[in-house]
Amino acid sequence: MWDYSDKVKEHFFSPRNSGVMEDANAVGDVGSINCGDALRLMLKVDPETETILDARFQTFGCGSAIASSSALTEIIKGMTLDDALKVSNQDIADYLDGLPPEKMHCSVMGREALQAAVANYRGEAWKDDHEEGELICKCFAIDAVLIEETVRANKLSSVEDVINYTKAGGGCSSCHEGIEEILTKVMAERGEVFSPHAVVLKEEAKPSKMNNLQRIKRIETILDAIRPQLQRDHGDIELVDVDGKTIYVNMIGACAGCQMEAMTLQGIQQRLMEDLGEFVKVVPSRTGSLTRAVSHV
Amino acid sequence: MSKGKHMDGIYLDNNATTRVDDAVVAEMLPFFTEQFGNPSSMHSFGNKVGLAIKKARMQVQALLGAAHESEIIFTSCGTESDSTAIWSALRANPERKEIITTTVEHPAILALCSHLEKEGYKVHFLKVDEKGRLDLNEYRKLLTDQVAIVSVMWANNETGTLFPVEEMAEMAHAAGITFHTDAVQAVGKIPMDLKNTRIDMLSLSGHKLHAPKGIGVLYLKRGVRFRPLLRGGHQERGRRAGTENAASIVGLGLACEQALRHMHFENTEVKRLRDKLEAGILAKVPRAFATGDVTNRLPNTSNIAFEFIEGEAILLLLNKFGIAASSGSACTSGSLEPSHVMRAMGIPYTAAHGTIRFSLSRYTTESEVDRVIQVVPEIVAQLRKLSPYWGENGPVEEPDKAFAPVYA
Repeated sequence: MWDYSDKVKEHFFSPRNSGVMEDANAVGDVGSINCGDALRLMLKVDPETETILDARFQTFGCGSAIASSSALTEIIKGMTLDDALKVSNQDIADYLDGLPPEKMHCSVMGREALQAAVANYRGEAWKDDHEEGELICKCFAIDAVLIEETVRANKLSSVEDVINYTKAGGGCSSCHEGIEEILTKVMAERGEVFSPHAVVLKEEAKPSKMNNLQRIKRIETILDAIRPQLQRDHGDIELVDVDGKTIYVNMIGACAGCQMEAMTLQGIQQRLMEDLGEFVKVVPSRTGSLTRAVSHV
Repeated sequence: MSKGKHMDGIYLDNNATTRVDDAVVAEMLPFFTEQFGNPSSMHSFGNKVGLAIKKARMQVQALLGAAHESEIIFTSCGTESDSTAIWSALRANPERKEIITTTVEHPAILALCSHLEKEGYKVHFLKVDEKGRLDLNEYRKLLTDQVAIVSVMWANNETGTLFPVEEMAEMAHAAGITFHTDAVQAVGKIPMDLKNTRIDMLSLSGHKLHAPKGIGVLYLKRGVRFRPLLRGGHQERGRRAGTENAASIVGLGLACEQALRHMHFENTEVKRLRDKLEAGILAKVPRAFATGDVTNRLPNTSNIAFEFIEGEAILLLLNKFGIAASSGSACTSGSLEPSHVMRAMGIPYTAAHGTIRFSLSRYTTESEVDRVIQVVPEIVAQLRKLSPYWGENGPVEEPDKAFAPVYA
C-alpha cells in the first residue's frame, strides 16, 4: 500500500466540496478515463472582484487524485483568480503533507484543472503542455520523457550529466540502468555510441569529512545566514533535530502557518543541500516549538 | 477451519500471498533451533536435516504427481524458478534464438523476456481473446526449430483463467521444444499429474499455498537438458547451489501435503463461496462484470470490473472496512497503464482501471463472503457519486462527449 499521509487519507475518506455545481461559471476538465484519472473543477466566480466564491469537483481516480482535488478546492476558495493561479502543484502536495513521488502527477492534475477553469472563465484557450512518461527516478520523481528531452536538448552523454541536469539518478542510484537505456537510445539518434562506465556519485566523491557535531553546527550556521530574511518578515526558524538526512525545524512567528511556509522550507532545503553537498530533507517539526515550551516555564 | 489468534479482517488476497498454516509453522520451528545442522555435513546434526528435506521433497512430488523425487529442485522463489528454466533452455540450446510466451504472463516471465529481446532474442508473445483465451493455431505456427523454449502460465494470477498447458506441452514436445509452465497460481488449487504430461519444467512458489515466503520449486522432468543458474556446491544434485533453506523446505513439504488433502475442499467449498461472492456482487452492482474465462478458471479467484471508478480508490475504501483485495489499476502499481492482462483482453479503459481481484482460500468463511457482498455495493456507489463519468442513476450519456478535456 502507498505510504499516504494521514491528511491524504482524511481528504480521500471525507472529500470536501465534491459533487456537481449547477451554477458554476468556470469549469475545467483535465485528464481522461484512459489515463486512469480525470478531474472536473467547477468554480463560482464573482464577476466584480474575480474572487472564487465556491469550488466543487468531480474526480475519477485513485485515492491521491481525489484527495488532491479536495485539497485544491479548499486552498482556492476565497482567492482571486490571479492569486489562485499562483497555487503550484507543490502547494497542493504540501497541503496534504506530501504525496509519494509516483503520485505527484495527481497534484499536477489539480493545478492544470485550475488553469483550465480560469481559461474557461476568461474565454481563453488552454493547452496542456506536459507529457508524462514512465517514472524512472523514484527519489526525485523524474519521468522518462523529461530525461529524454533533456538528454536530447543538451546533448548529454553520461549518467552524471543526467544527474546534474535533471537530478534523476542522484539518489539511491537504482534507476541507472533505465537512464543508461535512455542515453543509449538518444545518443544513437545523433549517431553516437553510449559508453558505459561506473558512476562516481558526488556523495562518494567528496565523503563528508564532518562528524555529527560539525555537521549540525554547519546546519546552524547556514540557518543563521538565512535568518535575517525571515526576521525581516517578522518570522524566524529554529533547528529542532537532525536525523540522518532529515532536518527538523520549527517555523516561528509570522512564518508559522504562513501560506508561503512550504515554499520557504523548500528554499531553505535547497540552500542546505547546496551548502552541505548532500541530499537532505527539511521537515517542519511536529513536536512544537522548543522556544515556546521554554518560555512557559 | 478456525482462524485462530490471527489478525482481524477479511483477507481475500490469497493470490498475492497466503498466511502460513499454523501446523506448517510448528513443523518449521525445530529447524531454527535444535535441528540446525547443515544437511551436507557428515555428522548426525546434518543427517537429520537431510532426511527431513528428503521427506519434504517427496511431499512436493506427491502434490505435483511427479515420477521421481529427484525431479524436485528447491529454489528461493517462483521468480528464481522461472529465470532458471528460461536461462537453462537458452544455454542448453545456444543455436536457438526464439522464445514463445504469452502477453498475460507474470512480470517474472515478461520482464525477463523483454530483457532478452534487448539481448537479441526474438520473443513471440501469444495474444489472448476477450476472455483471456489463447489461439492454439497461432501457437502451432510458431513451433519451429528456432524456438529454445515455450513458457506459458498454467493459471493467470489476475483472472484465474486456465491455459491448456498439457495440450500445449504435447505440441511443443512433438516439435522438439522444451516446455515450461509458471504454475505459481495453479499448484495446490487444481489437481496435477506431471508424470503423465509432456511438461518439462514447472515453477511453484511456497507462499501461495500457505508455506512461507522465500521458498520455491523448479520441477525438472528427468532427462530434460539443464544448465544451472547458480553454480557452486553440490546441493540439489548440483542443479541449484547454495545451502538449503531447511526450515522453509520442511514447511513447504507439509504445506504441499495439506494442499493435496484439501484439493477436493478447494474445488467444492472454496469454489462455492467464490461463486456466491461473485454472483452476490454482480446482482447488486450495475455496470460491473467478471473478467476472464469464468467457465475455466481457478476455483478461488474472481476478478470483477467496476465501470467508471478507479481500483485504488475501491481498495482504500475496502481496507477501511477491513477487507483486503487487489486491483489491476494503474495507480496501485505506479504506472500509467492499467493491468497488462486487462489490456490484453481488450477490456475498455472505462472498466480496466476499476478491476478488483478477490482471491479466497480454504480459510475464507461464509460470513466473510456475506459481509463483502454487503459492503462492496456501498463503496462502488460512493465512488461513482464522485466520478464525472457517472450521472444520477447511471453513466452519463456518451461519457467521451460529456467530459471533454479542452486539450483532448
